[in-house]
Amino acid sequence: MNLAFRDIRHNALRFALTSVGLGLLLGIVVAMAGIYEGALDDALRLPRASHPDLWVVQPGTKGPFAEPSRIPRDTRDLVRRIPGVAAAGAVTFESVQTAVQGKPLRLDIEGYEPGRIGGPESIIAGHGITESHYQMVADRSSGLRLGERVPLGPYHDPYTVVGLTRGMVNSAGDPVAWVSLLDAQSLQFAVTPPLQRREQASGRAPLPTADINAVLVRLQPGFAPEAVAQDIVRWKHLSAVPQREEESYLTVFVIEKMQRQLGMFMAILITVSTVIIALLIYTLTMDKLRSIATLKLVGASDRTIIGLIVQEALIIGVTGFWLGVAFTSALASHFPRRVLILPRDIGLLFGVVIVVCLLASVLAVHAAVKVEPAQALAG
Amino acid sequence: MPASAEGPALIELRNISKHYGEGQTRVDALVGVTAAVYPGEIVGLLGPSGSGKTTLLNVIGCVIEPSEGWMMLDRERVYDAQWLRADLRRLRLEKIGFVFQTPNLLPFLNSTENVAAVMELMSVRPREARARALQLLNYLDVGHRGLSMPGQLSGGEAQRVAIARALANAPRIILADEPTAALDSQRAGVVMDLLRRVAIDRRAAIVVVTHDEKIFDRFDRVFHLRDGRLDATAAGGVK
Ligand SMILES: Nc1ncnc2c1ncn2[C@@H]1O[C@H](COP(=O)(O)OP(=O)(O)OP(=O)(O)O)[C@@H](O)[C@H]1O
Ligand SMILES: [Mg+2]
Repeated sequence: MNLAFRDIRHNALRFALTSVGLGLLLGIVVAMAGIYEGALDDALRLPRASHPDLWVVQPGTKGPFAEPSRIPRDTRDLVRRIPGVAAAGAVTFESVQTAVQGKPLRLDIEGYEPGRIGGPESIIAGHGITESHYQMVADRSSGLRLGERVPLGPYHDPYTVVGLTRGMVNSAGDPVAWVSLLDAQSLQFAVTPPLQRREQASGRAPLPTADINAVLVRLQPGFAPEAVAQDIVRWKHLSAVPQREEESYLTVFVIEKMQRQLGMFMAILITVSTVIIALLIYTLTMDKLRSIATLKLVGASDRTIIGLIVQEALIIGVTGFWLGVAFTSALASHFPRRVLILPRDIGLLFGVVIVVCLLASVLAVHAAVKVEPAQALAG
Repeated sequence: MPASAEGPALIELRNISKHYGEGQTRVDALVGVTAAVYPGEIVGLLGPSGSGKTTLLNVIGCVIEPSEGWMMLDRERVYDAQWLRADLRRLRLEKIGFVFQTPNLLPFLNSTENVAAVMELMSVRPREARARALQLLNYLDVGHRGLSMPGQLSGGEAQRVAIARALANAPRIILADEPTAALDSQRAGVVMDLLRRVAIDRRAAIVVVTHDEKIFDRFDRVFHLRDGRLDATAAGGVK
């Protein structure tokens, strides 16, 4: 018979309340892991969408997701002619804020050249951009519908939603929308006429409005991204970042703070969980010192006693953990950001919970080992 | 050797002494105790408070080591030079049954489980342990309370379950410290009848510590302790 299980059944109410409390705490820990994974996955969606091999950007910069980059539009033609390059497409990225039907809407606008690398993949409704102006493909998470009009730019030009994608957001969780490169350039670089006149009056050259942020490059089979990147840097005096590096800039620099922030919270919550488990196990053990002495008197080994205590800690910890996973899974769709619960993280956290249970039993085990069998006989 | 007992002694104490503390605070709880208890007899251990009764029971029960002396338990030598402290637990598990003043049942196990738990400590399979535990409860006339939790038992029932637990490892040595102190005279009589039955059926040696005058006439022999010394006239029986 399992003594730990019987003792817990005997203290069912205390056990149940503690499990629920622990479950909520560990549920938050699972949610935080899920939020982090969700943000990481979201952040990588956009750079991964077109499966590029290289990102060509402003010299000395690390790519459009790490820092601002501005290069002339003809860069795409320059790059296209480099040996090993199979396809190249100019793109721009820009965050805009607008309002649709009175509701504020933040979009991460990507400008691309229809027919070249860089546009929306896997459109779930409608179609891609077919005209050179005022069409938009938006992600479903924006809440926009096919045919809806979105005012953009200083003159509130009406962009019509012609296609929808799923699950495309940037690292901040803002939905992505695609427009033609020309539209995007005027959104990003166009100068209003009054400003243009002022610039002219002060004698400066007119600002270039046909720049781009990056060129996406896909390579022919058999060419190493690092080698082609070196050629681009050497001959064209640009920066060329292989896809893997671009992803790591994004994850290391953009996501790192979030990771540390959430990691800090998780560490605190796990510490609190340890204290809660330790408290319950310690009080349960104190309540049965007499039983422990009796067990020792009739010949139970220290191993049996320690097993009893550690098993109780594991039962409460594991119960709390699965309650937490259940809570968070049930609530996952109500979080504003995606909560991505990965089996790998569940496995890792489960391991942490096991260690926590072992740590939490130390105090109680210490007290139980000190119990003398003679205490069972004492009045 | 008393009439009711036969065969070699199950408990043989040789010059057992036990003191607590040193110097100013030294207490001599037992001084040179030599005695023997035979299969089938019930020995009463009497004496004023503080005379060393519980200490002697603990020494016989392999719960505390004496400062001096040794003993034979069921043909096994204990506390002499070659003795290993780790074996005390094994001896308690294999040879000795304990009955306490209060039943000391584990509150989170029902009656049957309280008895079966001891068997499982001896690696009896759970299913068999349950069956044998129920048999023991029936033997002690509490089979009908097999599924009750200790909190639901009357004092007399709990003490009978406790005796069943003391018998769970089929010991031939049973040690009881004030087993009837918490019971009225009728129930005390029942407990003593049960111990008598065990002594006869199992050829067991039983030592009962008591202050309880109502059961003085139930013993085959009586050991009197005074300041840790056994009254020479009563100890008897060492060949
Ligand atoms: N752990 C201990 N540490 C120090 N002294 C002890 C300890 N246990 C018992 N003693 C002392 O040893 C002596 C014998 O104690 P013991 O408990 O054996 O007496 P007893 O005959 O069982 O008394 P009672 O009838 O009150 O139960 C007493 O003087 C007691 O104070
Ligand atoms: Mg005593």
